[in-house]
Amino acid sequence: MRKIKEFIIEKLLFSSALVTIAITVGIILVLAIEAFRFFSEVSIIEFFTNTQWTPLFTEKHYGILPLLSGTLLTSFIAISVALPIGLSISIYLSEYAPKSFRKTVKPLLELLAAVPTVVYGFFALIVVTPFLQGIFPNLSGFNSLSAGIVMGIMIIPFISSLSEDALHAVPYSLREASYGMGATKLQTAFKVAVPAASSGIIVSIILAMSRAIGETMIVAIAAGQQPRFTFDPTVPVETITAYIVQVSLGDVQHGSIEYRTIFAAGITLFAFTFLLNTISYQIRKKYKQQYE
Amino acid sequence: MLICSIKLEEMKSIIILLSLTLLMVSCGEKKESSENKKEELTKLSGTIKVDGSSTVFPITEAVAEEFRTEQPKVKVTIGISGTGGGFKKFSRGETNISDASRPIKDKEKKACAENNINYIQLEVAYDGLAVLVNPQNDWVDSFTIEELKKIWEPAAQGKIMKWNQIRPEWPDKEIHLFGPGVASGTYDYFTEAIVGKSGSSRGDFTASEDDHVLVQGIAGDKYSLGFFGLAYYAENKDKLTLIGVHNGEKIVKPTLETVSNGTYRPLSRPLFIYVNSTSVKRPDVVEFVNFYIDNAAELSKDVGYIPLPKENYTIQKENFKKFVENNK
Repeated sequence: MRKIKEFIIEKLLFSSALVTIAITVGIILVLAIEAFRFFSEVSIIEFFTNTQWTPLFTEKHYGILPLLSGTLLTSFIAISVALPIGLSISIYLSEYAPKSFRKTVKPLLELLAAVPTVVYGFFALIVVTPFLQGIFPNLSGFNSLSAGIVMGIMIIPFISSLSEDALHAVPYSLREASYGMGATKLQTAFKVAVPAASSGIIVSIILAMSRAIGETMIVAIAAGQQPRFTFDPTVPVETITAYIVQVSLGDVQHGSIEYRTIFAAGITLFAFTFLLNTISYQIRKKYKQQYE
Repeated sequence: MLICSIKLEEMKSIIILLSLTLLMVSCGEKKESSENKKEELTKLSGTIKVDGSSTVFPITEAVAEEFRTEQPKVKVTIGISGTGGGFKKFSRGETNISDASRPIKDKEKKACAENNINYIQLEVAYDGLAVLVNPQNDWVDSFTIEELKKIWEPAAQGKIMKWNQIRPEWPDKEIHLFGPGVASGTYDYFTEAIVGKSGSSRGDFTASEDDHVLVQGIAGDKYSLGFFGLAYYAENKDKLTLIGVHNGEKIVKPTLETVSNGTYRPLSRPLFIYVNSTSVKRPDVVEFVNFYIDNAAELSKDVGYIPLPKENYTIQKENFKKFVENNK
């Protein structure tokens, strides 16, 4: 009797693990099939080199570069905001702050990630953009700068929380050895603790990057809906995710080429995030230091 | 796990609290229904699904709000998928009424016929399609139709990018264009009137079926230019500047008079609703559409559009009455 129970439980748990794999494979298959149909009509070279994306209009161009530049521009701005702030917070919490402070502040920080992204989007559009327009009068109403900054605020907890965990995992004996050699707290923090926790910190950065690349609401509301190939943060752009939203909410016919552009854009997005995840896994495997 | 950690006493008080709340809520509802029994009019109920043009949306919304005071049990849901998007759903029988800022196209007629959907077209108001710029724009006084064509035609994609390419005295700055997307009837109408072919325009502009996105875009950008239905200008007068269009004789801005007497050319157009023939078997839909035609004149003026002449509304009402009779 007990053997049967154990057998059933084992198979049940195995099938739930299988379900997650099956869903991932299913998503990849759906994307790949429709994307394959897309690429049978549009050449891959045009897809990757054309600087215009106008599949819904009369003069059709299918270059992914405008959408890609929009995604990368907003993500870059987000990371350049989140990285210094997140890293400083994590170093402070780990090296300098008293234990009680760390206990209360860490959950508060994670609140930043709990705010609904649509609220962030409106915050970017209604508060951040007019404020920035006071500093840069040439700033358009829709632009990648405010969207990027607000996205950066949203992903601070990703970097700070995970980096802080990585720093915390470094055994105190390393720091004691450093103090024993006469180093200051600052030197210990930046020259001993951070390099020791570097694999965890890099993984947190990559995780934050893939979160930023896949972000939809903030950029759909605040960054604009005009695909253009530019790295100017003051003009309206469109990201891959915002484009998918725009077409899905419209009246595109199933099976038409405009419909398939959603899948082509989606598979590009998927490829990017997959690449980032693989890199982070490799880094973790290669550089992780095992402490006793 | 959580349940085990709550003591029995606490469970009892939670259950008592919950049942008290339920009791209060149900008592509240009983009061409402006893009030209704005192009313004389027959209270209709049902859900009416409307979708389509974002241009016609302000009128339909105003009508639905007024209608709710007369028939509170009838729920009217109004979507803004754009005229094209609305017709897609209408042809599949998913909506009862379709808002449209242009007449139904042939391929949409075919789609309706394939699904055995019969309909009636009802005119509800006139719109003067507005061309707008940012209030800080002090160089544009008017546009000619040729200039608008030069900016919006497909050949302009990637080439006409700056203001001084239209008139040399205008600034050497990028034009930021905003307009409805390809599912929008406003887009179809504007491209037909200005470029000459419906659906034919450049592709590199901020396209959105949601006119509030366009208002926000133009209001926040000094070098912007856009177009949409007049009602969205009327409710955002402080954020936008209306530009007159040269109609061949003089520069005309869209107002009540210029659209009614036809001098605001070629951007004056009628707005429609299309009603499904199976839906008029329901008394709530018939009541709603009759209410719409009766109140469209006043409410369309309230939201910023131009009412049809009175005779037109009487004719529409007659046509609708016959349509209901034929489809009983």
